[in-house]
Amino acid sequence: MSMVILTVDDSRTMRDMLRLALAGDEFEVVQAVDGLDGLDVLGRNDPDVIITDINMPNLDGFGFIEGVRRSERHRSTPILVLTTESDSAKKQRARDSGATGWIVKPFDPVKLIDAIRRVAA
Amino acid sequence: MDPMEAIKATFFQECDELLGDLEEGLLTLETGGGDSETVNAVFRAVHSVKGGAGAFGLEPLVRFAHVFETTMDMVRSGALAPELHVIQVLLRAADHLADHVAAAKAGGTPVGGEDAIVAELEALTAGAGSAPAAAPAPIPTFEATPLPSVPDEPDFGFSPMMISLDPDPQPEPEPDTGADWLVRFTPKDVMYRNANDALPLMRELARLGPLSVECNIRTVPLLDALDPLGAYLTWTVTLTAPDVARERIVDVFEFVDGDCVFSVEQVEAEPAPAPMILPEPEILAPVASKPVAPATPQVAAPTPPASAETPPANEARGAEAAAPATIRVDLDRVDRLIDLVGELVINQAMLAQRVMESGVARSSNIALGLDDLEQLTREIQDSVMAIRAQPVKSVFQRMPRLAREVAAMTGKRVRLVTEGEGTEVDKTVIERLAEPLTHMLRNAIDHGLESPEERRAAGKPEEGVIKLAAMHRSGRIVIEISDDGRGINRERVRDIAVKRGLIEADAALSDEEIDNLIFAPGFSTAATISDVSGRGVGMDVVKRSIQALGGRITIVSRPGLGSTFTMSLPLTLAVLDGMVVTVGEQTLVVPITAIIESLQPKPGDIQALGPDGFVLSVRGAYVPLIDVAQAMSWGETASTGPGVTLLVESGIGGLAALRVDAIQGQRQVVIKSLELNYQQVDGIAAATILGDGRVALILDVDAIISLRKRSTPPSPPQFAIAS
Amino acid sequence: MSVTQTASSSAAQRELVAFRMGAQEYCVDIRSVLEIRGWAPATHLPSSPSYVRGVINLRGTVLPIIDLGARLGLQVSAPSARHVIIVARIDRKTVGLLVEAVSDILTVAEDVIQPTPDIACETVRAFVKGIIAIDGEMISLITLDGLLPDEIAQEAA
Repeated sequence: MSMVILTVDDSRTMRDMLRLALAGDEFEVVQAVDGLDGLDVLGRNDPDVIITDINMPNLDGFGFIEGVRRSERHRSTPILVLTTESDSAKKQRARDSGATGWIVKPFDPVKLIDAIRRVAA
Repeated sequence: MDPMEAIKATFFQECDELLGDLEEGLLTLETGGGDSETVNAVFRAVHSVKGGAGAFGLEPLVRFAHVFETTMDMVRSGALAPELHVIQVLLRAADHLADHVAAAKAGGTPVGGEDAIVAELEALTAGAGSAPAAAPAPIPTFEATPLPSVPDEPDFGFSPMMISLDPDPQPEPEPDTGADWLVRFTPKDVMYRNANDALPLMRELARLGPLSVECNIRTVPLLDALDPLGAYLTWTVTLTAPDVARERIVDVFEFVDGDCVFSVEQVEAEPAPAPMILPEPEILAPVASKPVAPATPQVAAPTPPASAETPPANEARGAEAAAPATIRVDLDRVDRLIDLVGELVINQAMLAQRVMESGVARSSNIALGLDDLEQLTREIQDSVMAIRAQPVKSVFQRMPRLAREVAAMTGKRVRLVTEGEGTEVDKTVIERLAEPLTHMLRNAIDHGLESPEERRAAGKPEEGVIKLAAMHRSGRIVIEISDDGRGINRERVRDIAVKRGLIEADAALSDEEIDNLIFAPGFSTAATISDVSGRGVGMDVVKRSIQALGGRITIVSRPGLGSTFTMSLPLTLAVLDGMVVTVGEQTLVVPITAIIESLQPKPGDIQALGPDGFVLSVRGAYVPLIDVAQAMSWGETASTGPGVTLLVESGIGGLAALRVDAIQGQRQVVIKSLELNYQQVDGIAAATILGDGRVALILDVDAIISLRKRSTPPSPPQFAIAS
Repeated sequence: MSVTQTASSSAAQRELVAFRMGAQEYCVDIRSVLEIRGWAPATHLPSSPSYVRGVINLRGTVLPIIDLGARLGLQVSAPSARHVIIVARIDRKTVGLLVEAVSDILTVAEDVIQPTPDIACETVRAFVKGIIAIDGEMISLITLDGLLPDEIAQEAA
């Protein structure tokens, strides 16, 4: 049975690239376009792993992660943040919000999948 | 198409949208509007461009985007105030970014002017203060230098810090045959809160070699003292992987580093691994860090029953009005659909005609059914046309940058104001609007506006204002470009026109007629057009491109105060509501939007005026009477009988009466271009195919009116007012 | 319609559509020809040269009809139902060429085409690019470039 991955990013390009990287039978990809949409989609899906961007309109990555961690159902779902920032403060803040791990853009699809496998229950 | 190529195309499309948002946000900030969300949106736009560019390895774009992003981040954090001069630098940076995107799209041609704009940005960031104290974490200093190449950095976070519990920290060990690795780790409760868990960590370690694991549960309290979200366990793992380097093992813990306490040591391989007792308490005490979000203690496993989730709305973002759902459709499909619907309309008309000709009664079921069919077909056509209707915003969006560039090049100061960007028009018209609008904007800045000194001397503000407005009017779209510059120099225009032989030296012309001379063919030459970036073009060319769209252009000018150009265009180049009329043996279509009413004049209403002109009296006023057959030089197809007269209005508001033989009926027709396979014909806007399969011409009302003024053979063509 | 072959071993072959107008024989390269249709009455266009007979409907496209003989300055008879329309491509436009009848499709070797005799007529110089002699008949090869009337008012330079 395939793993359900929720990807949350406001960039169409990035969503397409994630979808391409996770193409295949092993993963089923569900997408959202920002943090608010992500929380909405979570209401209808049970992803095994969540991948989210930080900078997004309406509700940014931090707010989204905090929202996920507050939910009963998904509070233990692994969350990976995507970031181009080499800034440790942002990473720490992501962790403080509740992120499980991170991956730096531009990402190598192989490493992305590796990270997913590492955090998946 | 290779999927990466498709995504790259998506990326460039997205860049266009992001660049648009970027400029829009900066323009809002420039006029003093906007708020922190505007700044955020601008930051995000640059950030997204950079992110995508990085994914495709578009290095020059990434480098500049990074500098730009760094500056924007300072504005976002409050370290750099969004004052006017700052915004203007940012606007130039946005233009430069757009150049980079275009260059990347074109395959990596180098972009000039980089040093200048980078220097400007760096000057801003260097001069900015540190962030206000409200920032939660210490703000690191931003590098204004290009980003160090990303691949150097490990993909997963920074290199993990290792907390060593061992009093003698081990030197980086070489894999030592016969040695095992001893890994001890104690999660803190935050580790679980972040959905990290011991099991995946074990799994990772197990990939490196065989494990034996011991779990120390000594500090697990009794049930009633147990916090289910607390952390009380310590694991000791013995890993037999002599060839594995230490960093590799440490890497396994990188996500949880800081959220747990761990150590990695190398020990002698022991034949029978004995449990190691760890040194004491401070490590094992339940480490409660930040208070976890309060939750009702649950004994159940981490998958609670599906209860109501905390509504995300308390995130304090007001729910915005949901945007209407959209889908992306290939433009080819829409075009094909429109063509098909066009054929449907023709076919339906042909069917209706043939059925009626076969003698079916008007009240019969068949006839009624055909009426319904016509109604339906119209609705389908309207709906389909609406799909392709787009706001003119996409054309207007390019104008601010153009204005900035032309202003800089000509040393003028310009403020561009736009209005009505949401006005919708068919895509076919939009695409062809850009060029004439561009020429007119250049002209307005280059010729229309005075230099700042001249303006000051004239008592005007140094900054000239150009207004670009779009609106719907009488079933057409009207676009106005007005400036508050010097207006048309009528003396000069007149002189040039005489010199070019366009008018007689002593011709008496009204002010309006003189102004419209600038549209006359042959009026402008290279000498009169200043070469603004090598693209000087005369107004006659602009006028012809507008006319090719079935549009009109006129000018109103007030010396010293400015000029207003008004363009009126059909809403679509695809269909038209028309009145089908007969003129002799010809069937013609007159656009409904031009018709005010049809008249049945009595002979006494027609008066001769001058050698061969006629006028018609309409409710006390007199309008020129034009015999269409004559105007089209179909003169010999005798117009018998009194015929029907249509009172029409030209695009600039002039009235005329057109005489035709009979009215066939009103119909929505599909416009077929004459220019496609032939060329533009005076007096004819386009063609259509009627129910009988024959081609009928669509009358160009304005041109007919002008033609009539010209056609007085055998004398030479008089000067005609450009309309 | 027969297909006549003129054999030649070494030269390139050209395929031509031969037709009759103004009591003379002409031909054009078949690569310009899209189809051949019977005559249809055209809708007259105002302000157009007399050799532009009007426009017709070709499956939803508006097609201008050029009387080819008239364009070349020949004496032509009034269009009738026996005339033929050659649908051809000129530059990027599709037009209909009105001729009296289509005679043949020829395949000739390039070297069989003789240069045009130097006569005074301007249209001949402009359009006739070569002559072919077949079975005692002279067939003039014409080019379609420049056939359409120039756009009225050029851009001011």
